[in-house]
Amino acid sequence: MKALLMHRNRDADREPLPEDAGAQIADDLNLDTLFSAMAGNDRYLFETVRKIILTSVENDADTILYRQAVLQDCLANRDAIRQMYALAVEALERQRRDGFGMPSGRPGAMLSGAVRIVEIMCGILRRLRMEAAATAAHFTSEGLRRLCGTLQSELADDYFFTVARELDHLKFREGVLISAAPGRAGKGTGLILREPRRRDRNWLLGLVRPAGEQHTLHIDARDDAGWRAMSELRDQGLVLVADALRSSAEHIVDFFRALRFELSLYVGCINLAERLAGHPWTWPVPLADDAAGFSCRGLCNVCLALNMGQQVTGNDVDALGHPLVIITGANRGGKSTFLASVGQAQLMMQAGIFVMARAFSAPLRDTVCTHYVREEDATMRSGKFDEELGRMSDMVEQLGSRAMILFNESFSATNEREGSEVAHQIVSALLDHGALVLFVTHMYEFASGFRQNTGRTAAVFLRAERDDGGSRNFQLCQGEPLQTGFAQDLYRDILADTLSDSARRYRFRR
Amino acid sequence: MAQACPSSDPARAARGLNPVFGSILFPPGLGGVAAWNVEQPACFHDLNLDQVMASIASEYRDDELRPFFHTPCRDPRVIRYRHEIFADLEDDAISDLLSVFAESMRRAMRDLEYAKTLTYRSYQQIVVLDAINDYCRALHRLDDGLVAARPRSEGLRAFGAYIRAYLESAETHRLATEAEAIRTQLDGIRYATFIKRNRIIVRKYREESDYSARILGIFERFEHGAALRRPTRAADAWVNHIDAEILDLVARLFPKIFSRLGHYIVTNSGFFNPTVALFTRQLRFYQAYLRYIAPIRALGLAFCYPAVSISSKEFHCEQGFDLALAHQLAADKRRVVANDIRLTGTERILIVSGPNQGGKTTFARMFGQLHYLARLGCPLPGQAARIFLCDRVFTHFERREEPANLRSKLEDDMLRIRDIYAVATPASVIVLNEIFNSTPWRDQIFLSREMLEATMRLDALALCVTFIEELAAPTANTVSMVAAVDPLDAAQRTFKVERRTAEGLAYAMSLAEKHGVSFARLARRLDERLAP
Repeated sequence: MKALLMHRNRDADREPLPEDAGAQIADDLNLDTLFSAMAGNDRYLFETVRKIILTSVENDADTILYRQAVLQDCLANRDAIRQMYALAVEALERQRRDGFGMPSGRPGAMLSGAVRIVEIMCGILRRLRMEAAATAAHFTSEGLRRLCGTLQSELADDYFFTVARELDHLKFREGVLISAAPGRAGKGTGLILREPRRRDRNWLLGLVRPAGEQHTLHIDARDDAGWRAMSELRDQGLVLVADALRSSAEHIVDFFRALRFELSLYVGCINLAERLAGHPWTWPVPLADDAAGFSCRGLCNVCLALNMGQQVTGNDVDALGHPLVIITGANRGGKSTFLASVGQAQLMMQAGIFVMARAFSAPLRDTVCTHYVREEDATMRSGKFDEELGRMSDMVEQLGSRAMILFNESFSATNEREGSEVAHQIVSALLDHGALVLFVTHMYEFASGFRQNTGRTAAVFLRAERDDGGSRNFQLCQGEPLQTGFAQDLYRDILADTLSDSARRYRFRR
Repeated sequence: MAQACPSSDPARAARGLNPVFGSILFPPGLGGVAAWNVEQPACFHDLNLDQVMASIASEYRDDELRPFFHTPCRDPRVIRYRHEIFADLEDDAISDLLSVFAESMRRAMRDLEYAKTLTYRSYQQIVVLDAINDYCRALHRLDDGLVAARPRSEGLRAFGAYIRAYLESAETHRLATEAEAIRTQLDGIRYATFIKRNRIIVRKYREESDYSARILGIFERFEHGAALRRPTRAADAWVNHIDAEILDLVARLFPKIFSRLGHYIVTNSGFFNPTVALFTRQLRFYQAYLRYIAPIRALGLAFCYPAVSISSKEFHCEQGFDLALAHQLAADKRRVVANDIRLTGTERILIVSGPNQGGKTTFARMFGQLHYLARLGCPLPGQAARIFLCDRVFTHFERREEPANLRSKLEDDMLRIRDIYAVATPASVIVLNEIFNSTPWRDQIFLSREMLEATMRLDALALCVTFIEELAAPTANTVSMVAAVDPLDAAQRTFKVERRTAEGLAYAMSLAEKHGVSFARLARRLDERLAP
């Protein structure tokens, strides 16, 4: 029995991501805010959606559409999905609390521990089936329809009846039947627990006379060694079935683990949708591999929306067919915000969920990387420029043939001429190898250096705008790079008064 | 413990009868000993061979192994016979083969002893049956192994031929096939035990189905990738009285098989071949000694098979060492210092002198050990050696003063020396360690000279450790060796051969200087102490 909600044909990979994996990109794109919004207080959910989204570059278009369909169903049936998730959590919590007993303990104890767990799990499985049955008619996605179908067929009432009856027999109230052969020194070997036949059951209950020859051994009440020996014999017979039942119990628990994992993304999205109520979102369209660039209308930065609460204006960009987008303009004018929103959207699309935009379409990427400016190297082993280049080199080791790379003010920790030259070379090389590059920069020479590119490497130029009133919005518009970054605005806002005050104060001191 | 070894009979071979095998310790015709010495030889303690023996015997029961080491031989043919077998056992294939074989035989013997204590009949009978099967299988494995390994020693080749003939005999063949057949029948039995409260009901198995398989089947639908495991647990192999009682009941359910078993056991109660049993016991002599010297060998020290003689008293040993000390140091991964000694022509007596801690006692022990161990046929410490097979090794080492008796230490010493020389022969070896050092200097010289004279007249091999430099004057019969440095300093030789005395004196003077008791230094010290 498989959940199959993440992939059409296989189980999801539940292996947890190491703590530091993807730390850089999560930081740069502010993804922890997104994960928190999806997870709420559920730590497991946080880790799971983090893994799913950070590894989303591994998915293909088929998986994306499959998940979008499932997610649509989930958004339309939120209570049912949440309830199913809650049942999985409950099952795992019961297992954690009650456990299976010591694996090395006596088989008798292990068997009764396993019987108890299986009974509990079956109770929860039954409720799961009923929940699925109640909602099945409303589901239209292949994934959820199939899951409900599986639950219906595999967990029908008569199955639970069979299980209950078997578990009851496993309490062995009638006694234990074990077959053996005389082994080394005559000790019974090859012990196998057997099921008595029906007429033997009646015999064992004392209802009929026995058929065939038999001999009886009575253990005297005071024969301690004899009792011990008898329980050991019994245990040897039980050990296989105890192990079998314990294995089965583990498998049932594992099913719940898988179910929880595979529902996580959807539960997270339900939470996210509720947090983002009122904001526009859309189902992104994955394009064919040979497409380049991307296209969006009203694309918002998810994290900004979550943090600010109010409506944020999105951006419209048509960069389809363009592998390079250069973003210049007013300082703090929404460039980083936009850059991050593209990265977020790409990852969310590839994870198979909705995107915060009115429309978004892009081909799939096999790598999404960021290269942002960092603080001065605390170890003082390398200067800033040196450190950036080092990081660039490290990044190269991870690139695939269809990478998306987001640069934010990179390579400017030197004079503009050098920085521009270096950046130009790096970007050119990347473009030649199938990458999509978005570059936020104030280096005018670098930016304008791509103006003459045409055809395959033609660039799209965006610019953060500045109102006449000096304030900024977060919108970009198409526009060639300008030679100034409007630092005047900032100066006026932040520094001007302080400097003039201090001059005034000290003027009188002299 | 007296044990006569069966001797081989050439007449048998001539009549085409199966080979008889005597012993792995004595070649055919050389009969063996009238009796094995249970008591430890008198020289063991002084030579530290008691420590060697304790270590060797620590894994085995006392009466089995020690007598082999307490009973040396003088016949070079016996020595060579044993050397060849030791040499074969240096081949890992042969050594492992024989170890495995000996262990199987011992286990079978133990099982048979155990069976004698059992009262549950079927249980007892099956234990014996299993022992017989093990016995036959082990013999076949040995036979195959010896053919493949091709030992070179007369002893192992003869034993291999004996085993082969034994296995091919009609009697043995019957023993083995019937045992296997009965075991196969037993393996085919299936019975069922039904356990409820305080009763166990035993009956024939009636094709009931496997319960575990059914349980697994019910929950198969939850299987996820990794197949549900069916672990097998090793059951406790010990048979308790319930097992035995169940077995007796099973015997009643399958009377034909068990009566066949009973009849077989009764008919074959004396199946164990005494020659094989003897071989197994005597093999231990070789295994135990090789195991003892293994850690010493591992450090790169050599062992050799000496050339032996009962006529020539020539003695030489290249890179020999004290076995007991070597074993002790090997535990800390340290190598003992090795030395060369040589006695040629008319040389008979080694005079060993030098400073304390110079390893003289160790050297003396080595000399004694080599002569004793050579007579056991064991590989000796050293790279090459030539040794005389003496009739006895006598030792006289320093003893604690015995307060109980009223004699003086000097009297005691003299009595002990007298006891030695009363029975020593020209074929004896005498090792004297610092004798008569509880008397004044002059008396010591006098007594020691007398003793040396006596020893030279006896023409016995001897080694004498002494402080008396004068004794070291070279003669036709004596060789002087002087300890040079601390034997625990592995980089240096311990002894060098000295044939002059003059140097000995200079050495003594510098020692005195070092201790501040040369005349000049002592005078100055006393002046200072006693100045008014």
